[in-house]
Amino acid sequence: MNVADKKRLLREMLFARRFEERCYEAYVERKIGGFLHLYPGQEACCHGVLEAARPGHDYVITGYRDHVHAIKCGADPKEVMAELYAKETGSSKGRGGSMHIFDTKHHFMGGYALVGGPFPLAAGMAKAVKMKGGDEIAICFLGDAANNQGTFHESLNMAKLWELPVLYVCENNLYGIGTRIDRSTAVIDQYKRVAGYNIPSAQEDGQDIEKVFKAAKKAVDHVRSGNGPYFLELMTYRYRGHSMSDSNAYRSKKEERMWSDRDPIIMLRDRLIKAGEMSKDDYKAMDTELLDEIENDIIAFAESSPEPRVDELERYVFADNDPWVYGGGR
Amino acid sequence: MAEIMYWEAIRRAHDEEMERDPLVICMGEDIGVAGGTYKATKGLYEKYGAERVIDTPISENGYTGLGIGASFLGVRPIIEIMSVNFAWLAMDQLFNSAAKVRFMSGGQLTAPVVVRSAGGTAHQLGAQHSARMEKVFMGIAGLRVVTPSSPRQAYGLLKSAVRCDDPVYINEHELMYNMKGEVPDEEYFHPLEGSEVAREGSDVTLFGYNVSVHWCVQAAQTLAKQYGINAEVVDLYALAPLDRAGIAASVRKTHRAVIVEEAEPAVGVGAEVMAIINEECFLELDAAPVRVSAANVPMPYNHGLEKAAIPNAGDVVAAVRKMFGK
Ligand SMILES: Cc1ncc(C[n+]2csc(CCOP(=O)(O)OP(=O)(O)O)c2C)c(N)n1
Ligand SMILES: [Mg+2]
Repeated sequence: MNVADKKRLLREMLFARRFEERCYEAYVERKIGGFLHLYPGQEACCHGVLEAARPGHDYVITGYRDHVHAIKCGADPKEVMAELYAKETGSSKGRGGSMHIFDTKHHFMGGYALVGGPFPLAAGMAKAVKMKGGDEIAICFLGDAANNQGTFHESLNMAKLWELPVLYVCENNLYGIGTRIDRSTAVIDQYKRVAGYNIPSAQEDGQDIEKVFKAAKKAVDHVRSGNGPYFLELMTYRYRGHSMSDSNAYRSKKEERMWSDRDPIIMLRDRLIKAGEMSKDDYKAMDTELLDEIENDIIAFAESSPEPRVDELERYVFADNDPWVYGGGR
Repeated sequence: MAEIMYWEAIRRAHDEEMERDPLVICMGEDIGVAGGTYKATKGLYEKYGAERVIDTPISENGYTGLGIGASFLGVRPIIEIMSVNFAWLAMDQLFNSAAKVRFMSGGQLTAPVVVRSAGGTAHQLGAQHSARMEKVFMGIAGLRVVTPSSPRQAYGLLKSAVRCDDPVYINEHELMYNMKGEVPDEEYFHPLEGSEVAREGSDVTLFGYNVSVHWCVQAAQTLAKQYGINAEVVDLYALAPLDRAGIAASVRKTHRAVIVEEAEPAVGVGAEVMAIINEECFLELDAAPVRVSAANVPMPYNHGLEKAAIPNAGDVVAAVRKMFGK
């Protein structure tokens, strides 16, 4: 990772942070409805891993905390915001919402709201890649609490059994909503749990993007070279409540402070400043620029976009005019 | 036109589709080396190999999800779930992922999987191996449900289901795999929507699907011979979406309806067909529609109790006689 890369990643992560914070405001203004799960605190996980992979080429899938992963894969942030605004111009045409961002052009294969749902879907995409002989890999990002679902174990078993090119990334933010990991999970270190399936794994600091990148590089290389699945656990923390309806009362101020001192964006910024690659003013200017872009381009686009038409309510349930529905005719 | 068995018809559809398209695969428990519980995949492992005829672990939700994920990228999996009783475990992936992904992605992704499973009551298999679950599947928007009553349908429905871009659930029957019937020698694609008139009649319509079509046909013969009642039998091979127009057309002709289902009555095919009749052609009715359904009990092991729990042709005859006061 050279200096230019680091600066770009700093910009991308700061953009992600500001984007999510702006979502928060829009939610409070009731411009965004439903459930809204925000990503601040965990930016180095998504950006570090995908920087080591090939976003737009590799197939990425995740849960409901999905805006930033979609954007890093190449989704247009305007379309993501328009989706949150439930507009026809949204990435899922306003039919999906925050938890169901999709951008298949960029191989972002979706946000899914059932905890643990994407585990087998990722293995299946890897199976398809293997059959078709491509060099893509499947990357599945999920939380720590998802690992207590049956799909976790079923998918790891099959992924290893059939040596599928899939990388499972566990963003361990220590909580599943309000339940701390030690109260839900018998084995605290998630990377140890996959040993039962003979899958190589590692645990890394998820706040330091350079460390994430390095660990992910190894993981991605392993998977892409045909060695089967890999499991990477990243230790991280979300700075906000689980979703907008979460009071966040179950975490101590001390714990929160400890993690906010390890803000992935500030850590990278300070490193660049210390190395003389950037000044505080440069950072401020970048921040202002990003805030402007979000307000003037992204929010403006979402605000001014049309709603889906009610007479198209029943579109996208089934394929349009599939001839095989009529026995090959019509 | 050759006479072949139901399982042979399914096997033939697999074989032809797999030969045509290298992205068609099949997966399930014991389907490969062992040849399949119902022989529906017999010989395919030897012909197409382990990458395409996949013996899965006993992880119904997991391998169904894996098949769905593969289908996102153009693979066409035919997933066999050994028994519908085990398909309960796969409902999460089938309902939450496959049925909804096209809609919630605004049409970007589709899950063209076929899930086949054997349902119905066989011989004394007890409460946990006798489920009739079609009613559950047919209530899910985004999922097609078909249920073949003959080898011809079993062959043609699977052929169309593999090629269709929507997820399709095929409800087969434990007791029908050895049933014989004519299947065209040339390729045949059965429509995934609509219904078929299995027997023309004028006095009452007997609606059946899968195994109950045969009870209806048998009952119609008795009714004609012994009671002078000319019953029409409509085969609802497509349960989702149901053929509203076909149902209404037959009722407009006969003005009477009996719906015959092997399942418990609540929230079932009978209830749904009755609702459609009410909505489409209530004023055409000369008598209140009637359901012939299973008893609302978990399936008993005892043979006599089991027989009493599910309907048969005699029950259909009795229901029609009562309707006509004969
Ligand atoms: C199958 C299922 N059960 C429960 C929920 C409710 N739920 C949503 S998120 C969540 C916690 C998941 O935590 P984790 O996997 O650690 O991810 P995080 O939110 O921390 O990123 C729960 C219980 C759900 N969406 N799906
Ligand atoms: Mg968590």
